Amino acid sequence: MNLIVVGLNHKTSPVEIREKLSFPAATIGEPLKRLTNHFGLNEGVILSTCNRVEVLAITNDMEQGVWKTKRFLSEFHSIPLEKLDEHLYVHCGEDAVKHLFRVAAGLDSMVMGEPQILGQVKDSYGYAVEHNTAGVIVNKLYHKAFQVAKRVRTETKIGESAVSISFAAVELARKIFGDLKGKSAMLIGAGEMAELAAKHLINNGIHEILVANRTYEKAIEFVKGFGGTAIMFREFPHYLKNVDIVIASTGSPTFIIKPDQIQEVMKERKQKPMFFIDISVPRNIDPLVNNVDNCYLYDVDDLQGVVVANLQERNKEAQQAEAIIEEEIEKFYRWIKSLDVVPTIIALRQTCDQIRKAELAKALASMNNLSDKEKKALEAMTSAIVNKILHHPVLHLKKEANKIEGDLYIDTIRKLFDLTIDEEALKKAAQSNDD
Amino acid sequence: MSEIFFHITVLVYLVATCVYTAYLFARKDNLISIAQGALVAGFATHTATILSRWFEAGHTPATNLHESLTFFSWVIIGLYLFLLIKYRQKVLGAFVSPFALMLIITASLLPKEIMPLAPVLESYWLPVHVIIAFLGNAFFALAFFLGIMYIIQERYLKSRKLRGLYFILPSLDVIDELNYRCLQFGFVFLSVAIITGAVWSEYAIGSYWNWQPRQIWSIITWFLYAALLHGRLTAGWRGRKAAIFSGVAFVTLIGSFIIINLVSGGAHGLTD
Repeated sequence: MNLIVVGLNHKTSPVEIREKLSFPAATIGEPLKRLTNHFGLNEGVILSTCNRVEVLAITNDMEQGVWKTKRFLSEFHSIPLEKLDEHLYVHCGEDAVKHLFRVAAGLDSMVMGEPQILGQVKDSYGYAVEHNTAGVIVNKLYHKAFQVAKRVRTETKIGESAVSISFAAVELARKIFGDLKGKSAMLIGAGEMAELAAKHLINNGIHEILVANRTYEKAIEFVKGFGGTAIMFREFPHYLKNVDIVIASTGSPTFIIKPDQIQEVMKERKQKPMFFIDISVPRNIDPLVNNVDNCYLYDVDDLQGVVVANLQERNKEAQQAEAIIEEEIEKFYRWIKSLDVVPTIIALRQTCDQIRKAELAKALASMNNLSDKEKKALEAMTSAIVNKILHHPVLHLKKEANKIEGDLYIDTIRKLFDLTIDEEALKKAAQSNDD
Repeated sequence: MSEIFFHITVLVYLVATCVYTAYLFARKDNLISIAQGALVAGFATHTATILSRWFEAGHTPATNLHESLTFFSWVIIGLYLFLLIKYRQKVLGAFVSPFALMLIITASLLPKEIMPLAPVLESYWLPVHVIIAFLGNAFFALAFFLGIMYIIQERYLKSRKLRGLYFILPSLDVIDELNYRCLQFGFVFLSVAIITGAVWSEYAIGSYWNWQPRQIWSIITWFLYAALLHGRLTAGWRGRKAAIFSGVAFVTLIGSFIIINLVSGGAHGLTD
């Protein structure tokens, strides 16, 4: 099987190149048809996201196929190949399978383990099915890829930890308060970031949200969208003792929350912990607030650090994910190989049998006075010779086909006996294998 | 018989402790499953040790330091396994397991002979008093380890550098809540142990209270824990402060327990 992947991603190319190369989903049928009809590839799938553009194709000849795919990318988008070539990566055969599995599982993504990519890979396969550019091998390959992605997701914790700032903040809150149900938060400043944080907090079951903003009207407007309570900005210090989480994001050039003030608040609330999130630059909360007992203060940089820490913890999971992928590739290849060996054996038997028949006919022509019984004996003897000679090669072929170097055996046999593979037999074998 | 079970128990707890330690570093879920399996297996042989010793001695096996430490570590592991089922605090096991191992190794170094029980002490009060007292101590031990977990987790959160144990330790609120519960139960059991001890003393030697070191230190520990609980209730002592305080109280408890037993040779020296 000659499987190739040609494409580029966020690691190999700048966004200016990626955006030029992208294929909009609405008109994906045309490039898919061009790829298979005009450029002569057997099967093809195009994956186009904001971080990657890739063509996966099945071809009769690897080198030719790669060359054709590159020309297709260049011609379709009218970008000279010299300019494009340095950004493109090429994966062939087993490498290509591995690449697809890793992409589907999110291991090749900018944010390791992110889940959206699986949906995008599914879509790309869907388009190929819709436009009839997905055949037996692509079908099997993609179903396997989805299965692998699911296995990675359930068997490793790769998708678990928070990797965006607002998610990281919510996760920190959960490490402090346990359950967020029954807890309350105060937003000081009603900007875009505050809105995002509020959404996450509500999704995690926060009980109440107070909103303070310098322009009271804006706070009221904000509250309409989320169902919190608007309070006057100058009054916010009086409410501090009632809230567990404080998110500050005002444009104030000075600190609006100071440690001695919080010390008082903590006494009033009997030392129940407080979590301060300062997402404003310049900062709104005095860093010394973190030194007050049972108070935890994180600014934007700290949250960024948390995201990095979470990512590192994810990378640990990635090793396990890679092991799963290796295992699945082996399973997939065992199937592919068995696909190849059956028609090879059939062709081998047919070729030898043809030689035997031809030679037998020649010999019988020069021996006129043989009885039918004697002719049958000759027939049986020659058949037995051929079968005995082929017995061990066929046995070994069947056995070796499932091993890594199985390709080599099949290839050698084909070359030695100059075999041509019957396309119909190949398809039949594939269908009986495709469950 | 109890001898063989005892040695198997030490070995199995050693395995559990090693795997727990590996878990703390590698943080792979399958490791903690193995460690828990080992802990449960160890508890089973531990139970066999206690029962066979009980049978051999004919009385509750807690009358010298070797027996007491073996019994105490058994109660701690038992209580932990109960809490594991109830609250699913897996990581706590990584703290409890080495402590139980340490107790039982110490016990293995002490004289193991079964001593005949002083006739005045032969009473149903023995198992009642001993089990209640050790349950109280076990609750305080768990509170102590939860306190350590709290201090570690809080340090990560305060320093804003998240790594290692941060990812597997539970939330501050959960640890604090469980610590409080253990303190409450421990306190109730300690109080009842002091009362049963006094009543038993009245039966055995005819006086409720005779200012023995054991009695004095029990009262000191009782006051420490009472102060801690009071502080939590009224002044909002919680978190790190409370964790440190419960650490001090627990060290007092264990220290007095071991020293008094070493000096008196068990049975609190009541029969001297």
